[in-house]
Amino acid sequence: MYTEEMLESIKLVEAARAENAAMEPRRMTAEEKDTLLKTYHPDYRTDQFDTITVGPNKGEVAPKELVQLLQSDSIIKDNLPDLSSPDYETDVLIIGGGGAGASAAIEADNAGAKVMIVTKLRIGDANTMMAEGGIQAADKPNDSPAQHFLDAYGGGHFAADKELVYKLVTEAPDCIQWLNELGVEFDKDENGNMVTTHGGGTSRKRMHAAKDYSGAEIMRTLRDEVLNREIPVVDFTSAIELILDDKGHCAGAVLQNMETGEILIAKAKVVIIATGGAGRMHYQGFPTSNHYGATADGLVLAYRVGAPLLYQDTLQYHPTGAAFPEQIFGALVTEKVRSLGAKLVNVNGEVFMHPLETRDVAAASIIRECKRGNMVKTPEGQGVWLDTPMIELKNGEGTIEKRIPAMLRMFGKYGIDIRKQPIVVYPTLHYQNGGVKVGTDSQTCIENLFVSGEAAGGVHGRNRLMGNSLLDVIVFGRNAGKHAAAKAKDVVVGKLTLDHVAKFEKELTDAGITPETTSPILLPDYARKVNG
Amino acid sequence: MEQMVNVFVMGKKYEVPASLTIMKALEYAGYKLVRGCGCRNGFCGACATIYRIKGDRELHTCLACSTQVVDGMYITQLPFFPLIKEIYDINEVRPDETVMMKTYPEIYACIGCNACTNACTQGLNVMQYIAYAQRAEYEKCAEESFDCVMCGVCSSRCPAGISHPQVAMLARRLNGKYIAPKCEHLADRVEEIASGKCEEAIRANMALDDAAIREMYNTREIEK
Repeated sequence: MYTEEMLESIKLVEAARAENAAMEPRRMTAEEKDTLLKTYHPDYRTDQFDTITVGPNKGEVAPKELVQLLQSDSIIKDNLPDLSSPDYETDVLIIGGGGAGASAAIEADNAGAKVMIVTKLRIGDANTMMAEGGIQAADKPNDSPAQHFLDAYGGGHFAADKELVYKLVTEAPDCIQWLNELGVEFDKDENGNMVTTHGGGTSRKRMHAAKDYSGAEIMRTLRDEVLNREIPVVDFTSAIELILDDKGHCAGAVLQNMETGEILIAKAKVVIIATGGAGRMHYQGFPTSNHYGATADGLVLAYRVGAPLLYQDTLQYHPTGAAFPEQIFGALVTEKVRSLGAKLVNVNGEVFMHPLETRDVAAASIIRECKRGNMVKTPEGQGVWLDTPMIELKNGEGTIEKRIPAMLRMFGKYGIDIRKQPIVVYPTLHYQNGGVKVGTDSQTCIENLFVSGEAAGGVHGRNRLMGNSLLDVIVFGRNAGKHAAAKAKDVVVGKLTLDHVAKFEKELTDAGITPETTSPILLPDYARKVNG
Repeated sequence: MEQMVNVFVMGKKYEVPASLTIMKALEYAGYKLVRGCGCRNGFCGACATIYRIKGDRELHTCLACSTQVVDGMYITQLPFFPLIKEIYDINEVRPDETVMMKTYPEIYACIGCNACTNACTQGLNVMQYIAYAQRAEYEKCAEESFDCVMCGVCSSRCPAGISHPQVAMLARRLNGKYIAPKCEHLADRVEEIASGKCEEAIRANMALDDAAIREMYNTREIEK
């Protein structure tokens, strides 16, 4: 499978393996990290960002592609639908069927609210399903929420909303227990102790996992629970615009059937946006580890009704996307591979960094190593080695099959046995660190509009740690569900309106913008243009 | 010049680059996918695909996102299969012999043909995990079925009408909730947090000024 040139380099990696495996590379100082990030992290490539010229974040920057989305026309601007006889009426409308949406649905249902999920693909088609490595919670005797706070807040460059981080870490153990009580299987020893590992930037081993199907195991269980509760799930249906009432409160959404194009109206007392991330926007031309529908829909919907974004200019590039073979280009290679002992090695067989720096630092370090000329050349590009055979050298034979079977399978399909050969990795677009600004009740500044999960911003500051996103979707999905259900009890919905669409349109015109595109885009367009 | 192959999408021929996965080949052919496409990386089971290579008798199954095209491949997709998902209350069921009998009795009609195992896109021993479920060995069923992505191809091949992925889902939840040993340190920590024991330390961290918390973070001890 590997080219001759790559096989030559593998010989160097093999020759140095025993020594590389035994060494403990130095961690970078704060100053070294700062310089590295500013020089090599994609977030610092200013030519890849534009200034937002309308709306609540006017004057701030965002990736070019996101600015274009935010400043596009509404899909329905020339054809506003009739709102007088809604197709659906519910207390809590949840947009998105991933981990946050499903958690919110279960809690809102628990609280007695009438709940409905709309999702543009199927329930569970979400980044949660693809999370491999694990979920953090400070539940070991040598650990504490205070320690978890320190890691998360520091890892996010001291920019996170402290109260959101507080909530994240103090509710983490309860969320693990909640999941476990729902039947989620966690890796445990024979006494029931959680088998935990480090992630990049953690100071305690608090990564809980279900092999390397952690997110899939959580998502399929949540989905099963949503179905057991007979919560209505309207699938293959996307939200394309929010609806407000005459008080300016959020009161539903305009929906569109993904297959037939039919427009439907959902009226709701409260709305929860749980639409996830934006990897499929391919910022800066990066490949992505995200699922097919990760196109920032929630940011667009919320922004158009006036909800501000936070840290929309910071993205996470997962250090270890698959760089070879091309069939899996950009796919996630879980950080757990490094948690289990595999190190990053350059073309000459040299370890060039500590494998468990935070993700932004690790990604920038890999980019630097390639720019230094120490890259492994692949037929389609470049990368560095992730020396997977080290895992079994350190932990014994059988470890890979037991702990990271998905990785073994993913590469095995293309003739690479990761137990015997290293793999080539390069950063891949993985996560939007920011999102819609919310309070600790998950509500935005727009009354009755809640946002949770990856679509919300503030909890991770400017960089998220491994295992804090699965945690985020559970903690804040549940949080949004509980608060939304409580809120819905007192809401009397006024007259429905889409006036904000024209208002936003006017803002665009006043700013001299004539959009040539509409948003949200709902899905990326990968179809080859067969007519040129 | 790229090497090209011919594939047949629901019988219709398209010439596509040989390096592509089936999913990317469909997009190369000009399709914009809505059905049969989810995570694009082997975790969600949206893109179950059945194919046969021209001249070959054997029927193959796979996930379109993680299988490379082959010349002469006749492809049809199974973006949805009507699995039976029974409703149950996880707090009411117990991991005993009767739960499967009540919930998914058709598993006892398994004729042992092994078509499910042969069809599994993940290479799992599906018939074996059904056998474990029949015997109420839910821990084994959970382990054997763990990598299931619930694509449903196994069920499409089953003469007994078994919805294997849903049987396994129930078994895993039973195992996770009732059979696997309880985690004491987790219960202890939940209790400590609820009683307010963790409050002071975290509030103290939150009260630090920027310079102080940076110092604390940069000098924190990292567990080996």
